[in-house]
Amino acid sequence: MSAPVIEQRTALRVFRDNLLAAPRRLLDSAFRSGKPHTDRTRSNFVFGNVFLHLHSVRTHRWTLRWATTAGLGIASTAAFLITLVTGVLLMFYYKPYPDAAYDSIKDIHFVVPTGRFIRNIHRWAANVMVVTVILHMARAFYTGAYRKPREFNWLIGMGLFVTTLGLSFTGYLLPWDQLAYWAITIGANIAQSPREVTDALGITEWFDPGGFQRLLLLGSDTVGAEALIRFYLLHVMLLPLVLTALMAVHFWRIRKDGGIVRPADADQRLAKREEAVYPVFTEAPAKTYQLAAIVRGRTTAVGRGPENTVPSMPHLFYAELAVLMLTAAICLALSLVSDAPLKELANPAVPENPAKAPWYFLGLQEMVAFSAFMGGIGIPSIVIIGLGLIPFLDREESGTGEWFGGPGGWPLVKQATAFGLGTAILIEALVIRFGWIREWFPGVSQLVVTLINPGTVLTLIYGLYSVWLVRRYNSTRAGALGLFTVFLCGFLVLTIIGVYFRGPNWEFYWSPSDWPKH
Amino acid sequence: MTVKAREQKSRLDPEPMPRRDFLGLSAIWAMGAALFFSLLGMLRLPKAAVLSSPSKKFRITLPKALAAGEAYVPPGRAVAVFRDDAGVHAISTTCTHLGCIVKPTTEGFECPCHGSLFAADGSVTRGPAPRSLDWLKVQGSGDAWIVDEESRVPPGTREQA
Repeated sequence: MSAPVIEQRTALRVFRDNLLAAPRRLLDSAFRSGKPHTDRTRSNFVFGNVFLHLHSVRTHRWTLRWATTAGLGIASTAAFLITLVTGVLLMFYYKPYPDAAYDSIKDIHFVVPTGRFIRNIHRWAANVMVVTVILHMARAFYTGAYRKPREFNWLIGMGLFVTTLGLSFTGYLLPWDQLAYWAITIGANIAQSPREVTDALGITEWFDPGGFQRLLLLGSDTVGAEALIRFYLLHVMLLPLVLTALMAVHFWRIRKDGGIVRPADADQRLAKREEAVYPVFTEAPAKTYQLAAIVRGRTTAVGRGPENTVPSMPHLFYAELAVLMLTAAICLALSLVSDAPLKELANPAVPENPAKAPWYFLGLQEMVAFSAFMGGIGIPSIVIIGLGLIPFLDREESGTGEWFGGPGGWPLVKQATAFGLGTAILIEALVIRFGWIREWFPGVSQLVVTLINPGTVLTLIYGLYSVWLVRRYNSTRAGALGLFTVFLCGFLVLTIIGVYFRGPNWEFYWSPSDWPKH
Repeated sequence: MTVKAREQKSRLDPEPMPRRDFLGLSAIWAMGAALFFSLLGMLRLPKAAVLSSPSKKFRITLPKALAAGEAYVPPGRAVAVFRDDAGVHAISTTCTHLGCIVKPTTEGFECPCHGSLFAADGSVTRGPAPRSLDWLKVQGSGDAWIVDEESRVPPGTREQA
């Protein structure tokens, strides 16, 4: 009689113990390696997790210096995550149809709980993403991170840059207000601008890539319901998918290309570390070494000891989390002080005056005010192709991993900055004060204006300057440093003029308070 | 395939492709071609065949008191219609630069987006516009006219009332 009672009590007790232990066991089953206290469990923590194992198990101490990357890549990733979360929230209420779109944004702004705040965060995070992507690209360029073996990742990064701009541009139409409608009308007509050339040559009837691009973008011949649903599809589905896929490749390649770029003598330049704090390999992580032994060629660890590396958990991950929190804090703070704009309902009969695109496109808009094709397609294509060619034209190795490394160095960059800013301001001042070819010779052929306009002249001067640098320093890196710097400066000058000094009819004004009242 | 002992080849010579490899490669290339062409076919979908925009041909009634050189803009349309002694003509007010709507002024037209200026006959006088504004076909008599935005006519063409 007594035996079954004991059995029963034991089983109940076991059940109770299991119940109490369930949360701990759930955690154990999720993170199988236990708490990351030793080098071995820290390694397991990284490669036992599908999301974390894009990182390597150990991180070089050079990578963790603030000045190596300034955390810009992680910041742009963080901004993307923020737009992802807030974007999904906005989709609960947004309706992508012309009659309903404007009202739904108004609802989000004035009625939906926290709607205005979420929309502000979405907009600010998008802006932060554009800024950090540009700065990240500049960091990669100035530290020579595009060089062998990272050429391909530089190209992936350019894809990410273009996709980021595409996401911003498609998001701009969705509110369906005056600002959105006219910015997209101008954008779609830039897509059509190859007609400027085909018209001048008289071949548009047979060969019309411009009209085709515009039709594909708008799905119609005007910005209407078809265009809105297309932009919506691109904004919430197609481009985010492309971006995510490219991001995965980008991150994976960082690791496969040997981690963040560092100078060849990084180990000597780093201060001796305190061995006692993070001893190398308290337990040998057998797994990584077995892998490293059979992998040939350049991987992070082959042929190198673990010296000067620290476990990615916690050092790298905590740094990344700090950047994520900082990015989120910046977006939240900006959202509290400044609301996302919403103008009147779109009116296809009356253009907004001035009709300004988002700020990062105003440099382009400044150039399309000279020639639609050259400013909107020709020069951007030259810039994109040039950026893509840089890693294949500069095959030098000196200065890799150092800011402004290579022949010329920081003095060259300073000189190029002065030259780039000066030339751009000079040409703009000339155009604003004296006009351009059409004002001097009325009736001049359009082809001449397309080929010789302030934008192409500036591009040509910048190109010649860079060739001169290659000869002067006898180095392709010097030319690349100069070229990248002057184009960055040109972008800056045109953007600032577009944002602050252009008013109605795209006339030059010193201040918006001088704009004519109407 | 059979290889005779005498014809043993150097290892540097290209190997003849065995039949099975050939069939396998053909299958892979056929699959690639099928995927490529079906993808091309799918890409036809986003190119709209029928445009959903409103009719490009519309009726207007000119105001009786329309002075010579004064523009009449039908509501909701990007067209300016003029009447003078020589007849009636219509000029498209869609800027040839980037599609903004130009505003008729006493001297001609001005574009608010990038500052292009046009003379009264639509020709470019200033700014980035690549060509002059289109003249559109008009038909009718008295005050009732039909404008066809899809038919361009040479500049200077006027229809007698």
